[in-house]
Amino acid sequence: MRDDLLELARSPLALLLVTLAGYQAGRWLQARTGGHALAQPVLVAIAVAGTAITVLDVDYADYRSATELIAFWLGPATVALAIPLHRQADRLRGFVVPLLVAIVVGATTSIVSAVLIARALGADEALQKTLSTKAATTPVAIALTESLGGIPPLAAVFAIVIGIVSAITAPATLTLLRIRDRRARGLAVGAVSHGIGASRMLREDETEGAFAGLGMGLSALAISLLVPVLALVLF
Amino acid sequence: MIAGLTWLLAFQVLGEVVVRVLDVTVPGPVVGMLLLFVYLRVRRYGDDGAIVRAGSALLRHLQLFFIPAGVGIVAYLGLLGDHALPIAAALLGSWLLGLAVVGWTAVGLERLLGKPRDDLDDLGDLAAPGEAG
Repeated sequence: MRDDLLELARSPLALLLVTLAGYQAGRWLQARTGGHALAQPVLVAIAVAGTAITVLDVDYADYRSATELIAFWLGPATVALAIPLHRQADRLRGFVVPLLVAIVVGATTSIVSAVLIARALGADEALQKTLSTKAATTPVAIALTESLGGIPPLAAVFAIVIGIVSAITAPATLTLLRIRDRRARGLAVGAVSHGIGASRMLREDETEGAFAGLGMGLSALAISLLVPVLALVLF
Repeated sequence: MIAGLTWLLAFQVLGEVVVRVLDVTVPGPVVGMLLLFVYLRVRRYGDDGAIVRAGSALLRHLQLFFIPAGVGIVAYLGLLGDHALPIAAALLGSWLLGLAVVGWTAVGLERLLGKPRDDLDDLGDLAAPGEAG
């Protein structure tokens, strides 16, 4: 390939295009397969963009700064999760106590079990610390891992991976676990798999999506407060 | 659209201010979400307002905004491969435990406290056949 064309292919413009095109391809696939669980646009787009930067030999750091324009909107979109919750607020009645207890118990379970499973299978301490934060939304996971002495960029990867796993399998898993209450279903998914899980639940049902957003927010609070305390016991 | 986005950014900044003043590790947008929720409740905000329209448009594409972080997977393929077993087991195991514990605790407490349920009408094609209600 001519050098100037290769340079264009590695430019922020082209990398943004590849990312958006990958996302559109994922949406097309989702529509074509009638919303098949595996056809998550985020998964397809990561595969497309990941392949593109590998083939073009672009450093991840360069890709990340080229696509800052997209990542920026995660903040306002997170704030916007208040909207489905507002529209579903009547359903909070009689659910506040179960909700708060479930979030605290769930955050503790997910931190402690991640560390103990990783330790039992021979992961080193830095990896254990990085895994402990993965249920939190990406920015929380990164900040907490940093303060613990883990590997912050890897914490983001783990949070994304578990979000995708959840987007694909959570509704069926909840049904197998015989959890049918829409509020509890949404809450559970938001608590263990933040925004990516919440986006899947929003597609399924507005109540489930609203409680997933709430679960994500409260779980981020609980994990931020619990990780430093539990770290004293675990490490 | 712009009015709505302005409001969302304002609540995000407000969240950042709270986080900095209180010096906690919670991210600003999460605090912004809780503050916006309170604001929408207090104002009895309607479905046709600017915040709702802009926010719903962003939420439709929530997954898009995670892609730049997710592509980071390619930078760690080596490390992930070397420790595949502990990583996969810890991620999946604690995910499943967390999901079950949150769901069961919430449903169990509802039952214990005698609160009304909010069950799905229809379990879809994934339900085990012959399951009793």
